[in-house]
Amino acid sequence: MNLELLNLESVRALYIVSAVLFILTLGGLSNQKSSMQGNMYGIVAMSIAIFATVFGPQVSSNYGLLILLLLLGGSIGLMLSKKVQMTEMPELVAILHSRVGLAAVLVGIVNFINPIQEYFGIEKTIHSIEVYLGIFIGMVTFSGSIIAFGKLSGKISGNPLALPAKHYLNLIMLLIVIYYGNEFVSASDINNATTSLTVMLIISFIFGVHLVAAIGGADMPVVVSMLNSYSGWAASATGFMLSNDLLIVVGALVGSSGAILSYIMCKAMNRSFISVIAGGFGTESSVVSSDIKEQGEVQAIEIEEFKTMISLSKKIAIIPGYGMAVAQAQFVVSEIISILNKKDIKVLFVIHPVAGRMPGHMNVLLAEAQIPYDIVFEMDEVNDDFDNIDLSIVIGANDIVNPSALEDPNSPIAGMPVIECWKGGHTVVMKRGMSTGYAGVENPLFFKDNTRMLFGDAKESLSQLLTLNN
Amino acid sequence: MKIGVLKEIKDNEKRVAVTPGVISKIKKLGYEIFLEHNLGIQANFYNEQYVESGAEICSKEEIYKCDLLLKINKPTHDEINKLSNNQTLISFFTPALNPELLKLCKKDNINIMSMDSVPRISRAQKMDALSSMANVAGSRAVIEAAHCFGRFFGGQITAAGKIHPAKILIIGAGVAGLSAIGTASSLGAVVRAFDTRPEVKEQVESLGAQFLTVSIDEDGSSKDGYAKVMSKEFINAEMKLFKEQAEDVDVIITTALIPGKEAPKLITRDMVELMKPGSVIVDLASQQGGNCELCQQDQIVNHGGVKIIGFTDLPSRLPSQSSELYANNLFHILDELTPDKNGEIMINMNDDVIRGMTIVRNGEITYPPPKVEVSAASKSKVEKKVIQKPSIEKKSSIIPGILTLSLLFLVGAFAPASFMNHFTVFVLSCFIGYMVIWNVTASLHTPLMSVTNAVSSIIIIGAITQISTTDALSLILSGLAIFIASINIFGGFAVTKRMLGMFKK
Repeated sequence: MNLELLNLESVRALYIVSAVLFILTLGGLSNQKSSMQGNMYGIVAMSIAIFATVFGPQVSSNYGLLILLLLLGGSIGLMLSKKVQMTEMPELVAILHSRVGLAAVLVGIVNFINPIQEYFGIEKTIHSIEVYLGIFIGMVTFSGSIIAFGKLSGKISGNPLALPAKHYLNLIMLLIVIYYGNEFVSASDINNATTSLTVMLIISFIFGVHLVAAIGGADMPVVVSMLNSYSGWAASATGFMLSNDLLIVVGALVGSSGAILSYIMCKAMNRSFISVIAGGFGTESSVVSSDIKEQGEVQAIEIEEFKTMISLSKKIAIIPGYGMAVAQAQFVVSEIISILNKKDIKVLFVIHPVAGRMPGHMNVLLAEAQIPYDIVFEMDEVNDDFDNIDLSIVIGANDIVNPSALEDPNSPIAGMPVIECWKGGHTVVMKRGMSTGYAGVENPLFFKDNTRMLFGDAKESLSQLLTLNN
Repeated sequence: MKIGVLKEIKDNEKRVAVTPGVISKIKKLGYEIFLEHNLGIQANFYNEQYVESGAEICSKEEIYKCDLLLKINKPTHDEINKLSNNQTLISFFTPALNPELLKLCKKDNINIMSMDSVPRISRAQKMDALSSMANVAGSRAVIEAAHCFGRFFGGQITAAGKIHPAKILIIGAGVAGLSAIGTASSLGAVVRAFDTRPEVKEQVESLGAQFLTVSIDEDGSSKDGYAKVMSKEFINAEMKLFKEQAEDVDVIITTALIPGKEAPKLITRDMVELMKPGSVIVDLASQQGGNCELCQQDQIVNHGGVKIIGFTDLPSRLPSQSSELYANNLFHILDELTPDKNGEIMINMNDDVIRGMTIVRNGEITYPPPKVEVSAASKSKVEKKVIQKPSIEKKSSIIPGILTLSLLFLVGAFAPASFMNHFTVFVLSCFIGYMVIWNVTASLHTPLMSVTNAVSSIIIIGAITQISTTDALSLILSGLAIFIASINIFGGFAVTKRMLGMFKK
């Protein structure tokens, strides 16, 4: 059976259509209204690409197996997507990354053992580099994502793994990979090449594991975006290897998307990409934080008083952090908002770019709780406007509302943009206890005159608020 | 440490530096407070109230023995002479206009902190007594005008006929101006306001007034938060506007002050003569010579039926309110001065606010302080610019650009044509990706990641092209690749769709 319905030229034409639609997919995400349409474009683009490939000249047999695998994988994918909780999105995304990485590795290996085309001279060298690089990036993406998944889902401890001389370890591994890369490219027979490739597979697996294991919990947004980027580059490298422009285009799109997200996340923490990758906070900074001068007293508040504060306010800002997601408090918050709206109290949300465990995580959680997206703002949109806000409620956030980032040049988080809620009327911080945040820095916000602390489980406290406000 | 509160000795001064309300707060900082008999009687604060909140009443002599003295008006020569031995005085001082008085303070290790030298930065707002007093003065100015004006401010339609609302022009939309706008519009008047600083337009309009402009474009904001002196053309245009307005409006309230200078003359004699009889001008700048040519300090001048009010004691005409605000400002300063809450003041000259206020330190003059350049408005403008164009900031260095360019050139020089074709596609795609992704709104970053996962599973194409093989290992591996990539494709798009469906307005 041969279903070569399309010739090479038609396949190319369809690939162009597909590439354009993929660009529109990402463009559609520029606002909520066009985003659904964008996703549709993506589905259409993918269908066209697969259709063109399957019925193109490069596939000539095994159609049954192909369709079977597609449907099998597809139904598993659909099932997973229905089941996943919104709080588990970071884990899901991490595991999606790992599959792209693994697929890149597999495609690379197949291409190595069973090349479609023979190359000679410099073209052969370039092709070998492409194969090697594609497999390397794919492998790092794969193993790194597995660890990221483990960390995000709590299966592995979120603390950064601090091996002695870890930077040298990384460097040595990279040098080995480069050395064997050279061996691989100049290998005279297939056996030598196989050996080089095998060593590289093992080393790059360990490299990916170590890279992510050394990074701590709150730096995960950077890691997830970085892996996102890698998965794109892996696809692009595969495209080079197979001389397939569609793969190159789409891979590059995804690669730059992930790179920009990483940049935004790093910017939001005022840290360089290198320093995030090189390891978490708390290694050198713990010494600094211990000798900070005495902060004064925190002023605790009871639920009754909190209620009065709320009813006296006209405009309230809610600042959610990862703690809100952990406590699953967003649904209660949503109910409280509808009560407040009836009382003519304006509520808005302020989201810090690195709140949560991946870019945009908070927005999704709030959307899930049916909080309208037009009252959810970014940090920069509200920071100049805190004069007009009577009450800020901080739920499960710490470092992102830490004034020492702006006021104390010696602070480990100095220079990181933070939500400047202390400039508003009052701030109520809902917190379990007085522990420090991820960065291990004391938070002077808690000691400010206009700050009150509401200790206890955020969800419980908020539920009490619900009955009181009725 | 002992704090003594001095009684105001200026004529007609009804305010008092400390109210019973803040005494308990000050005591929490660890201080003891002493005050004179009947200190606050004119501001309706009674001895019993003070004693109840923890103050002690004693004689004037004993108060002068306290380590820290508080008052409102600038000290008299006599008062300064009585200061000795490390004593600290906190009050208004206006060091720029009182150099003689300042010289007198060079003695005996005394410290003087001037309430009017608090820098205008946002952190210091709670200590800024000038603003508090300006707020009171602005509001009271409208009340004084209403008192002299023979009509209602608000409009009405009655059985006896229609009453037109009064038209009020407020010049200068600083703290006093804004306060006057608020009070006047709540009385129902039609309020217009003028200011040389365009950024106050929004505040003016939010209080219900119309913001007047001249056709010349010039920004009057300066780095210290006050207005600056404008160019000649601008002033001419401005005077023309005032002249037109003078014919139309019933009340003019002027609040134009330039720090350390004589107040600009904005309302001339012929403008006053253009106004309808019965109109009122309140000149809040009369202390510094007045904005109105005919204004006389602390008097009401009647010029052809137009009354020109030049009171300088407006805050003192609302003594309870002013005292309360001033006392709160003082408390916040004490709070800053007592970081350890142990009842000992610590004059930390590294703190911008404290440095700015301290005009005499250990008997040495420390005025003027080094400049603190913070104007809230202009600063926020700069920040916004940066946020709007993150890409420009990223490209600020030219070196990576040159490096990339030479690298591309090298690749082009050595690589074969087939590679260069793909490479061109790659580089262009990176750019498209760069442009497109910056437009993605931050709230959709998670859907972006899940959709890019589905999208990057385009790698399935690679696997599909390899499936038509007879080699068993290749078949298994590429089959596996198809399988896992299709999980991603379906799963990624479906979960993105699910997420996007949740975003509701």
